[in-house]
Amino acid sequence: MTLSSKNPPASSALAGSAQTRRTSPFLRQVARIVDWPMAALQRLIGERRMPYVFLLPNLFFFGLFVFVPIAINFWYSVTGGPALFPSERPYVGSGQYSYLFECGSYADPSSCREDHFWRGVYNTVTFSFFQVVAMVGLSLLTAVVLNMKIKGRGFFRAVYFFPVLLSPVVVALIWKWILQRDGILNAWITAMGGDRVLFLTEPTWAMFWAIFVSVWSHMGFYTLILLAGLQAIPSDIYEAAEMDATPRWRVFWRLTLPLLWPNLVVVIVLALIRAVQTFDEVFVLTGGGPGTSTLMVVQYIYETAFSNQVQNFGLAAAASVVLGIVLFALTLAQLAYTQRKSS
Amino acid sequence: MSIATIVTARRDAKSWHWTDIAAYAYLILGVFLMFGPVLWLGLSSFKTQASLLEFPPSLLPMSQKEVTLPGFPQPLPLFTVTMEDGSSRVLAQVRRVGIQAQMVDPADPTQQFRVAIDKRVPVREFALATENYTEPLERFAFPQFLANSVFVTVVATLITLLINSMAAYALSIYEFKGKNAAMLAVIGTLMIPITIILVPVYLVVTKLGLVNSLWAVILPGAATPTGVFLLRQYMLTLPRDLIEAARMDKASEWQIYWRIVMPLTLPALAVLTIFSIMWRWNEFLWPLAVLTKTEVYTLQIGLNAFQGELQTQWQYLLAMTVMTLTPVAVVFVFLQRFITTGIANTGMK
Amino acid sequence: MADLELSGIVKSYGAATILHGVDLAIEDGEFVVFVGPSGCGKSTLLRVIAGLEQVSGGEIRIDGQTVTNVPASDRGLAMVFQSYALYPHMSVYKNMAFALENMGLAREEVDQRVRRAAEMLRLTEYLDRKPKALSGGQRQRVAIGRAIVRDPKIFLFDEPLSNLDAELRVATRKELAALHAEIGGTMIYVTHDQVEAMTLADRIVVLRAGRIEQIGTPLDVYNHPANLFVAGFIGSPRMNLLPSRVTAPNQVTIGNETRPVSVPSTGSAPVGSDITLGARPEHIDVVPEAEADVVIALDLVEQLGGETYLYGSAPGLPQITVRQDGQAGHERGQRLGLRLKREALHLFDADGHAIRIR
Repeated sequence: MTLSSKNPPASSALAGSAQTRRTSPFLRQVARIVDWPMAALQRLIGERRMPYVFLLPNLFFFGLFVFVPIAINFWYSVTGGPALFPSERPYVGSGQYSYLFECGSYADPSSCREDHFWRGVYNTVTFSFFQVVAMVGLSLLTAVVLNMKIKGRGFFRAVYFFPVLLSPVVVALIWKWILQRDGILNAWITAMGGDRVLFLTEPTWAMFWAIFVSVWSHMGFYTLILLAGLQAIPSDIYEAAEMDATPRWRVFWRLTLPLLWPNLVVVIVLALIRAVQTFDEVFVLTGGGPGTSTLMVVQYIYETAFSNQVQNFGLAAAASVVLGIVLFALTLAQLAYTQRKSS
Repeated sequence: MSIATIVTARRDAKSWHWTDIAAYAYLILGVFLMFGPVLWLGLSSFKTQASLLEFPPSLLPMSQKEVTLPGFPQPLPLFTVTMEDGSSRVLAQVRRVGIQAQMVDPADPTQQFRVAIDKRVPVREFALATENYTEPLERFAFPQFLANSVFVTVVATLITLLINSMAAYALSIYEFKGKNAAMLAVIGTLMIPITIILVPVYLVVTKLGLVNSLWAVILPGAATPTGVFLLRQYMLTLPRDLIEAARMDKASEWQIYWRIVMPLTLPALAVLTIFSIMWRWNEFLWPLAVLTKTEVYTLQIGLNAFQGELQTQWQYLLAMTVMTLTPVAVVFVFLQRFITTGIANTGMK
Repeated sequence: MADLELSGIVKSYGAATILHGVDLAIEDGEFVVFVGPSGCGKSTLLRVIAGLEQVSGGEIRIDGQTVTNVPASDRGLAMVFQSYALYPHMSVYKNMAFALENMGLAREEVDQRVRRAAEMLRLTEYLDRKPKALSGGQRQRVAIGRAIVRDPKIFLFDEPLSNLDAELRVATRKELAALHAEIGGTMIYVTHDQVEAMTLADRIVVLRAGRIEQIGTPLDVYNHPANLFVAGFIGSPRMNLLPSRVTAPNQVTIGNETRPVSVPSTGSAPVGSDITLGARPEHIDVVPEAEADVVIALDLVEQLGGETYLYGSAPGLPQITVRQDGQAGHERGQRLGLRLKREALHLFDADGHAIRIR
C-alpha cells in the first residue's frame, strides 16, 4: 500500500492553487504592468491601428541605424574635409569618386592616386574568387560525403560545423599560432626535412592562408545548407535510376547536380556576398600585410575612416558606396534567379 | 570521378565499396583538420612561456622537473647527463658557465660535476601552466572585457527578441495599410550590411552621444531583419483560430501577442536567441570602430588589442583565446543539433 | 442573453461577394442554426456577427445597439471554433479563465465560474491538463466551457461537432440541446449537417451562395420547403424531385409517363409548362401497376432491418428513392408501381419556387 501514497486521488480542490503557482509571479507582474497601458492605448487608437504600434520600435531602429545612414552616406561621399558632421562638410560633387578612380592604368594599382583602394579591390577580387571556388567545392564534397550512409554522421557534421560559431578573432589567433615561425606547421616541415616558411610575411603565402582560414571557418555553414538540399531530394529518384542501371557518375551529373542547383546558386551568391565583405579574420591574421598584399576593401574603408592620421570620411563613404553597388548587384542577381526559378 | 561515385554509394553490410573507404578517410582527415587546430590551441595554452618558445614544440604541456636541495635557495632544474664513462645519471644544475654546467647529485648535494651542456637533456614532466589563466585575470582588464561582452550579449539579445517579435507579430497576424512597404523595408535592410554604412552609423551614434558606450554596440544591430523574418515565418504557421479565439475572449492585442503568440513561438525564439548570442559575442568590425577606450572593450576587441601588445607573451594570449572560445563551445556542445537544424531550416546565420 | 438583428449584410473580398445582403432577426434565447452546403457563406456570416470580419455593407445590432464597427473583443459574444482553438500552452483551467482574467474579474469569481462550468461539463478532474492530453470529446467540452464561463450575450458555434467521430457527435449533440435548455442563452450554430440542424434548432436558416433561402422551424422547413434547393437539401435521403408537365389545371404527367396524375393544385402554372413534383421517400407507396403514378425498375434494395430503401429508375426521370417500413421482400430488376401520397406532395414551378398547396 506504499504505492498509493505516490499516486493520490486527483484532488480537484487543489487544482486551482496549483494553477496559480505555475507561472512565475514576477514575470506575471511585469506583464501586468505592460498590459494596462497597452490596453489603454488600444482603446485610444483602436484595434486596427495596433499593428503600427507593434512595428514601431523595430522600424525606429531600422530608420535610425539603416535608412538615415544610407542617406547620410551619399552626402558624405559628395562632400570633403575632415569634419564628421554633415552640415560642416563642403560639397565637392563627384570629387571623392574621381579621386578614387584616378588611375594611370586600372591594371596596375600603383599607378592610381589612391593605390590602397585599388590594392584592396584587386586583393578582394583574388580572395573572393579563390575563396568561393574552394568554399563551394569543399562544401559540396563534404555535403555529398555526409549524405552517404555514414556511421556517426551527426558527429562528423558537428565537426565541420563548429568553427562557424567561433569568432573571427579567435579563428585568426588559432591559425596565427599554428603558422608562426616557430609554430607546429614549421616544426612538421622541418621534421620532414624541409625549410621553415614565413607563412604570414610572404605575400603569396599570406593570401593563401587568408583564403584557407576563411574557408576553414565558414565552410560548415554552406555544407549544412547543401546537405539540407541533398536530403530534400526524394530517394525514390535514386531508386528509379538504380532500376534503370544508371552509372553512378551519370546519376551525379544528371540527377543530383541539377536537383541541387538552386541550393548551389544560393550558396555561391551568398558566399560571394560575404567574401566581398571579408574583413575580420584577415585583419587579425595578417593585418592586411605583408605590406598591402592582403588588404581588403572593407579594411581600406575602416582604416580610411577611423584609423588613419587624417580621418577621411568622404573617401571612405565613396568607397563604401562603390562596395554597396557591387553587393546590391549581386543580391539582385540572386533575387532575379530565384524569382525566375519560382515562376 | 570520386565525387560522382560517392553520391550514390550505399553501404552494404557485406562488402565495402572503395568510395566508402574514401569517404571515411576524408571525414577522418576532416576531424584532424577541423579539431586539430583548436586542440593544439588548448594544449598550447597550458604551456609555460619557456616551453612555448621551444622549437620544435612538444605536443603536450611539459615543464622541466626541479628539486629543492639543502644549501640551495632556488629550486634546481634536473637533467639527464651522459657521463664520460658512457653511463647516464640524473643531476641538478646549479649554474651554467659558458658551455659548461656546474651540477650536483640530488642524492648527495656535496658531490659536484662539471658537464658540457650538450651532454645533458632536461628531465621533463607533464604540467599544466594554469597561471596562464589566472594571471591575465589579475593583471589585465580581462574580467572587464568579459563583463562588457556579457552585458552587450545579454541586453542586445533581449532587445532583439522583444522588438523583432513585435514586428514579426504585426507582419504575420495583421492586415494593414503599409504592410507591404514595411516588409520591403525589412528585406531592404537585409541587403545592407553595416560594413557599407559604417561612417554614417558612427555619426548617428556620435550625435546620440554614445561613442565609447556599450549602448553604441547594442543599439544599431538590435533590429535584425533576419530575426523578423525567422519569427514571422514561424508565426504564420500558428492557427488563426487561436488569435480569433483570444480576441473573442476579450484579450487586448498586446495580450494576444504576449500571452498567446509569444509562448507558442518559443521554438523560433530559441533559435533567434542562439543566433543573437553568437552574433553579439563574436561581433568585431563595428565595436572596433566605435569603442576606443580600454574600459569599454568587448572580449573580441580586447583580444585583438592584446595580440598587438603581447606579441611575445603568447602564453596569455592563448589562454585568453581559449577563454573567449569556451562559452561558444559549451553552447555548441549542448545545443548542437538545435543550432544545425535551425540554420539548415532558415539558411541564415 | 440578447437579441440580434442583421440588416442588409454584404461581405465582399475584392471582386468576390460572399454575402449578398442578409436580413435576419434572432430573438433572445433562441437557438438558430445556419445550414447550407460548403461555400454558402454561413461561416462568413457567423464571423461577421462575431466581429472577426468587417462587413462591406449593412448593419448589425445587438440588443438594439449598433455594433457594426465594434471590435470582436468588445461585442460580448463567445465563440466555439471548429478547431476548438484551445490555447495549447495553457491548462484547461487557464483556457477557461483566460477570458475572465481579461475582463478583470476577481480571482475568486474567476475560480468559482470556471469550477461551475467544469462541473457542468464533467471536466473537473482535467482542469490541470494541457489540451493535448485530452480526448477529442473533452477538448470539445473545454471549448464549450470557455464560452460558458463568459456568460456571453450570444453563443456562436462554428461547426463544433465536425471533428468528432459519429458516436460522439450524436452524444455531444444531445448534450448541447440539454445545455441550451439549462442555460437558455441565445445561440447561433453553423453546420452543414442537416441532422444537427433539425435536432438542435428553434429556427433553421438555410443559406445558399450568400443568400438566405428559407427561415423557419425545423418542421416548417421540412414540411414546406420554399424552393427546390431547400427541398433537396433538407431531408435524408433526399426528396425525390420529378420533372413533370402540366397537362390540364391540377393535372400533370410525370417524366415520360403518359398517365395523368391529379394533384391538389398547379397554382398559376399554365397548361403545357414544366413543373417539378416533390415526394419524400416515405411519402411514396408501392401499389399494383394499374394504380401507379409511375412504374420503376428496381436498381437496388437496401435492407436496414427496421426499414428498407428501394432505388429504382424510370425513363426520363432521375433515380427514385422509396422508404418502406420493416423488411420488404423486393428484388433487384423487379418492376414496381409507385403512387405518390397526394397529401404530402410538393410542387415547384418552372423557377423552382414552391406552389402553395396547403
